[in-house]
Amino acid sequence: MFKKILIANRGEIACRVIKTARKMGIKTVAIYSDADRNALHVKMADEAVHIGPPPANQSYIVIDKVMDAIRQTGAEAVHPGYGFLSENAKFAEALEAEGVAFIGPPKGAIESMGDKITSKKIAQEAKVSTVPGYMGLIEDADGAVKISNEIGYPVMIKASAGGGGKGMRIAWSDDEAREGFQSSKNEAANSFGDDRIFIEKFVTQPRHIEIQVLADTHGNTIYLNERECSIQRRNQKVIEEAPSPFLDEATRKAMGEQSCALAAAVGYASAGTVEFIVDGDKNFYFLEMNTRLQVEHPVTELITGVDLVEQMIRVAYGEKLSIKQSDVKRDGWAIESRLYAEDPYRGFLPSIGRLTRYRPPQEVATDTAVIRNDTGVYEGGEISMYYDPMIAKLCTWAPTRAAAIEEMRVALDSFEVEGIGHNLPFLSAVMDHPKFISGDMTTAFIEEEYPDGFEGVTLPEEDLRRVAAAAAAMYRVAEIRRTRVSGRMDNHERVVGTDWVVQAQGQHFPVSIGADREGASVSFEDGAVMRIASDWTPGDSLAVIDIDGSRLVLKVDKTSGGFRLRTRGAELRVYVRSPRQAELAALMPEKLPPDTSKMLLCPMPGLVVKVDVAVGDKVQEGQALCTIEAMKMENILRAEKTTTVTKINAGAGDSLAVDDVIMEFE
Amino acid sequence: MKDIVQQLETRRETARMGGGEKRISSQHAKGKLTARERVELLLDDGSFEEFDMFVAHRCTDFGMEETRPSGDGVVTGWGTINGRLVYVFSQDFTVLGGSVSATHAQKICKIMDMAVQNGAPVIGINDSGGARIQEGVDSLAGYGEVFERNIRASGVVPQISLIMGPCAGGAVYSPAMTDFIFMVKDSSYMFVTGPDVVKTVTNEVVTAEELGGAGTHTKKSSVADGAFENDVEALAEVRRLVDFLPQNNRSKAPVRPFFDEPDRLDASLDTLVPDNPNTPYDMKELILKLADEGDFYEIQEDFAKNIITGFVRLEGQTVGVVANQPMVLAGCLDIDSSRKAARFVRFCDAFEIPLLTLVDVPGFLPGTSQEYAGVIKHGAKLLYAYGEATVPKVTVITRKAYGGAYVVMSSKHLRGDFNYAWPTAEVAVMGAKGATEILYRSELGDPEKIAQRTADYEERFANPFVAAERGFVDEVIAPQTTRKRVCRAFASLRNKQVHVPWKKHDNIPL
Repeated sequence: MFKKILIANRGEIACRVIKTARKMGIKTVAIYSDADRNALHVKMADEAVHIGPPPANQSYIVIDKVMDAIRQTGAEAVHPGYGFLSENAKFAEALEAEGVAFIGPPKGAIESMGDKITSKKIAQEAKVSTVPGYMGLIEDADGAVKISNEIGYPVMIKASAGGGGKGMRIAWSDDEAREGFQSSKNEAANSFGDDRIFIEKFVTQPRHIEIQVLADTHGNTIYLNERECSIQRRNQKVIEEAPSPFLDEATRKAMGEQSCALAAAVGYASAGTVEFIVDGDKNFYFLEMNTRLQVEHPVTELITGVDLVEQMIRVAYGEKLSIKQSDVKRDGWAIESRLYAEDPYRGFLPSIGRLTRYRPPQEVATDTAVIRNDTGVYEGGEISMYYDPMIAKLCTWAPTRAAAIEEMRVALDSFEVEGIGHNLPFLSAVMDHPKFISGDMTTAFIEEEYPDGFEGVTLPEEDLRRVAAAAAAMYRVAEIRRTRVSGRMDNHERVVGTDWVVQAQGQHFPVSIGADREGASVSFEDGAVMRIASDWTPGDSLAVIDIDGSRLVLKVDKTSGGFRLRTRGAELRVYVRSPRQAELAALMPEKLPPDTSKMLLCPMPGLVVKVDVAVGDKVQEGQALCTIEAMKMENILRAEKTTTVTKINAGAGDSLAVDDVIMEFE
Repeated sequence: MKDIVQQLETRRETARMGGGEKRISSQHAKGKLTARERVELLLDDGSFEEFDMFVAHRCTDFGMEETRPSGDGVVTGWGTINGRLVYVFSQDFTVLGGSVSATHAQKICKIMDMAVQNGAPVIGINDSGGARIQEGVDSLAGYGEVFERNIRASGVVPQISLIMGPCAGGAVYSPAMTDFIFMVKDSSYMFVTGPDVVKTVTNEVVTAEELGGAGTHTKKSSVADGAFENDVEALAEVRRLVDFLPQNNRSKAPVRPFFDEPDRLDASLDTLVPDNPNTPYDMKELILKLADEGDFYEIQEDFAKNIITGFVRLEGQTVGVVANQPMVLAGCLDIDSSRKAARFVRFCDAFEIPLLTLVDVPGFLPGTSQEYAGVIKHGAKLLYAYGEATVPKVTVITRKAYGGAYVVMSSKHLRGDFNYAWPTAEVAVMGAKGATEILYRSELGDPEKIAQRTADYEERFANPFVAAERGFVDEVIAPQTTRKRVCRAFASLRNKQVHVPWKKHDNIPL
């Protein structure tokens, strides 16, 4: 086996590879840019080589620098991870020239699968199902109808030079095909000066399902089931699972065998992924092949028990696959949630900064549940703007899909991230979405279910009552502690009451708490009683609470008169008051937060470099208003709509915090 | 007998209704609670005992003899906050506009005298139209009596003022002399002269809110120490503050059970200070990670943000924290931050609250605006306050500790008990660039040489070890162990005693 390998990557995937290498007794070399000097992969590796400034095109993807690092450390093989140099044939070539093993497929396979047209051609030749279509140019409307009939409706009429939806029409009938051809042609001529049109099958209710293949250099190729990755936002996968809730055995087998045929056709050796688009009738069509380890590979590992990275290393070393197709298991269900440093409430804007708190849920591996977190960050680490905003992949496994989802809900609730914006609430929201729960989803899931973006979760009544009961019990514990302060008037101590009113999500819940040795009973006005047990003490930022035998996990922040709680994707400001306090609080005026739609708020802490407009200026949508420097990068803030500037609160040189009002509009 | 008891109840009922239902509704309509409702929320349930419920004014001018409401516009008495004794007065705007008469003032003086005698905090709730004009100079005398009590109580028992309505004219000077002033946003204001007089005298047009609202006093004037959204929140937060404060200047800072390990390590602190010495970081993160349960009560949060002041607990006991904030003005000292911190340090010293100082200070802010406004004397206030403080003083230098500002920030030279430094600390007379430009003035024309000189200077002086060699830093500690080290340091100082030569009082540079 190799003695030492270099990982030409960073972040969670570098850490992931290092873990397996370590398990196999192989020494590891990390490479790092200036921005990653203190990164986790550098700490984990046996050696680390600095390879340049933060931007990837000056460090991680500069082949010469990586080659230098290899020479310097004497690594015998390189694992490229995903992204960066993982599908770069030139890199594979450079390694070959130096006699260093590439832990990935042969460069020929990378090349032929790297080109969309070539790959589709090879796929067709290998009898892989591809999207039916007519690649040639179409002369006129009659031709369009003829070809559409050959393909079968619905069809997509597309401008050859098209993009951004321009020159694109979907047709369900001859008439629509005729009409669509003409309008696409006109639009294409006007928009692109190129009116060439082609037609292909339009896939309805599309799902993204991919097959994991594994091949060695001795001609053995197997597939390790599929992964469903339909939950995507702008082609960025968010939640993946294995197996797919949609496939049947026959389809799975057909997809798997075709994938193996394709891999064999290009002389594939290593782990690879064949991506398909699958329609509502389980017709599947080849999209592309990724000649590398996929981000979402852990879900496959969890249901098959195969360590894909280990297999890649063994194949690269020249070993034969030790598993046959018949050995491949499909055991239970695995789900992966990608944790992105993106603020879901701000249109998923990437968020950078210091991770002041980062506590993933405890990893567990039992017969009934697995929690796995692949991560490349740590508490106190820095999320920089230079790389992918994905900071962790949280995976759960359980015997059934429903159980795996439930594990994921609790794991997400137990995940603590502070200091940066993150999509945990959104991930939780998806886990509770009926369509996701039923497995009824397409690649348009996020677009269709969250058309106006994500605005947070409103807890259903029953969950809210559980939260209210928990909050009341927690608050009471904290209040009792307050009465134990020194300097009291003996024999005249405060007696903490049993009646409380919890306010959350605009509702009031009067409750009465009876505490005993084992916990507390919280009674509601309607007579319902909840039994609560928890070892939460004031100051704990996570509360794991047993309510009538079921688990509630709350992220807890103490605030004036109550808590800020996060659970199931809902962020709640919860007040707990004595009945008298509640009565008087009801007299308090409701103060509406200022209308920020007419303000330009600073999106990140930074320094004002310049303000481009003056009071009274009319500004057009998209016009630059002001430049903020943050993390040494200049960010131009633009007008969201056409309006007039009425007030400017900041000038060049001012340092601003998040949400500071920079200017106001009419 | 039954009749007499009945009569007492009736009288009490009348007194409790203050200015009557109509005025109470009008008070509520303004988003304000009544004087009694406020006392109720401030104190533990059922703990309030009222004094002078039946006191009435004795004025006979302007037909005042016709209306002699029980209580005379202020509710006074005592009760407990989490079982600890406090004295309280709460002006009743529904009764004669809460205006101050001789008897109204007398009631306040009575509980203040009790507070000083019995060693318990005084909490004053201000909601008053001002002097009772009908009483003329008697009203002014009343104010004077209260002022004098404020001064006498200062440094003996904690005094807290809540401004929950108008507080104008001479009336502002009573809260002004208390230890803390809190306001309620949108429903309280304080000024010496109101908008009308301002307009007459200076032609300046300004609203009451702009002139003396919570925003003005927490952000601009620093008169107020904090502002809250409404009465309910304000009263709850004052209760929370009282939990931090000792009863008087003879008792130790309070201790309560805590749920946090004194020796808790925090590895994330090892990366708090960025690699680049000019990159800011948030000092509040350090405060929150050192404190028991991450609980921090900040004082003057919105003013002079380049310095942070407030209370935390370590091992359950209150500690005052002063920390430079590199996020704002690089954490430098200037007039505002010096004044803010000096007052806080003196409060802590007066009431035996130990002081934790977190230092990252590049020096004093230069410039004419600072010099003209007297940064010398204002800066000296903080220096003086630290120097005279005899409470346990523990200091941690996280990064820069340059020049005079280094000395000011609770240095060893000012009798700091424990002066720790992180390995990232730079204790030096100034930054490397500035120093080399002075030391090697003749080489300024040669950028290469100067760069080398700067690098040499950094190598030699930009570290904690030069100071540690001299004993100015007691020990260089790993950032992640800071909580443990600081907790142990304070634990060892619990019986600290310092003898100060007799003086009538000091002469701090005011």
